[in-house]
Amino acid sequence: MSVEHASMRIIDGYARGDTDLAADEVWALEAHLEACRVCRDRLSTAVTAQAPAVAALVGTVWADLEPQLAGTAPMPRRRHWSARLSRWLTPTMVPWLAMVVGVTLLALLLDLADTGSGEVSLVLLLAPVLPVLGVAASWSRGLDPAYELTASAPRAGLYLVLRRTASVLGVVVPALLVGGWVTGVMVAQWLLPCLAFTATTLALGGVVGVTRAAAWLAAVWAAVVVAPTLATSRTTFALQTGGLPAWGLILALGIGVVIARRGAYSVLGAHR
Amino acid sequence: MTIGKEHHMRSAVSAADIAPTAYAWEIRATGLKVRVGRKRMAVDGLDLSLGTGVHGLLGPNGAGKTTLIRALATVLRPAEGSLELLGESVGGMGELRALRRQIGYLPQEFGYYKRFTVREFVEYMAWLKEVPKADIPAAVQRAVERVGLADRADDKMKVLSGGMVRRVGIAQAIVNDPTILLLDEPTAGLDPAQRLRFRELLQELGTDTCVVVSTHLVEDVAAACTDVVLFAEGRLVFQGPPDELASVGGPEHVGDSPLERGYSALLQGPKQGKGTW
Repeated sequence: MSVEHASMRIIDGYARGDTDLAADEVWALEAHLEACRVCRDRLSTAVTAQAPAVAALVGTVWADLEPQLAGTAPMPRRRHWSARLSRWLTPTMVPWLAMVVGVTLLALLLDLADTGSGEVSLVLLLAPVLPVLGVAASWSRGLDPAYELTASAPRAGLYLVLRRTASVLGVVVPALLVGGWVTGVMVAQWLLPCLAFTATTLALGGVVGVTRAAAWLAAVWAAVVVAPTLATSRTTFALQTGGLPAWGLILALGIGVVIARRGAYSVLGAHR
Repeated sequence: MTIGKEHHMRSAVSAADIAPTAYAWEIRATGLKVRVGRKRMAVDGLDLSLGTGVHGLLGPNGAGKTTLIRALATVLRPAEGSLELLGESVGGMGELRALRRQIGYLPQEFGYYKRFTVREFVEYMAWLKEVPKADIPAAVQRAVERVGLADRADDKMKVLSGGMVRRVGIAQAIVNDPTILLLDEPTAGLDPAQRLRFRELLQELGTDTCVVVSTHLVEDVAAACTDVVLFAEGRLVFQGPPDELASVGGPEHVGDSPLERGYSALLQGPKQGKGTW
């Protein structure tokens, strides 16, 4: 596409301050100048050639401004990588995610060493609740100092919650994949409960606050699944392949509730 | 005419700038009730209309100022009554994205990330407020300059003084050029010189913005506000220019300035005598 530029007649007239330029021409020229570097350069040459008085005035103003400008630091061109990352994770989430990954590795080590827990895989046992901790950290009043500002922003709400949840899963799932692959647990066996727990946390979080929902769910998981499993050294029904349809149903229900109550994430309640 | 083709041209004045407004008041509340916790109504049947200008929201501690500001910032939803912001009704559970883009909000407890620089933090807020990507650097620079932090823009937040952090809070509130600006106790932590400069900024903003400043400092109101909203126990006690509030008070009322005497005249019921809190 070839861009049309302003004619020399208009630019020269504008530089001289001619009164015979129509108002709409002046307006259109100024709008064009804002966006067009070529024409700004042509105007600057025209001013030097046609209107020495204006050029002198500009020179004086510039001379006055220069010392002030020298005192102002120029804007850095490069963005810090942490600023980009903050669109996915709040800085306060980073230590939590590190902890989650650390716990995964620890469970994996214990599995490989095969101490105490018998036939039960610790990775499988912990996988469903690990991302829940990360999700809680992503949307909580206690852990995110800027929670009230975040909740009041236009971008707050389901979109931001999902974005942060996705980044939590993006870190946790690969770690669990490695763990599952090493210990030989089927992917669906832990991935489905893991996603179901995340969706349920968000769904409950819309009502009672994400942090509180995460704490409740983690407690329920510990009491109903982890404790009996460790006591009997047998994988409970919930984590065997027979339990998968139930987890699928919970996941679907959780997603449904989250979508139906999406407005709840843009008020202060979901931050409790 | 050989000036650029229309689709290439960027006009200096956008259609949105010259569109007529479709509302009479920027903020309009009718019978507004906002619940805090399970039982307490912190705002209890408020009728209020606010237009362009600087409105000082005055009231004793616990009067419901913060709750009202939060409701105006749309982070608390009204329990009863109606609240219209820029002609749009706020209620139910919608996300209100378009409306929120035109609101600037400084909460009472302004939380921030210590590792961010001032510029990074204001940029992050501009992103959260959906400022167009191309406009963010300029908008951030302008906001930071307006609060006088241009020379500290690339310092980390953790090395700033309390007053400077407060100014970053004001910068993030104005970065999206809001039509409604809500400031909850913005002068806390500012020294006297900074307060004076802040009042100037308020007056400047008040020419084309509906600014609501909650404060318990009567002198802030006297100096910078075009309008006083006196608020107690969740209800409107008085609304009008500062002079009118001053004229209510007589020599028998507690206070060091006419405005303070007017304030105590309106808030002191017949039961409450001097010496009680």
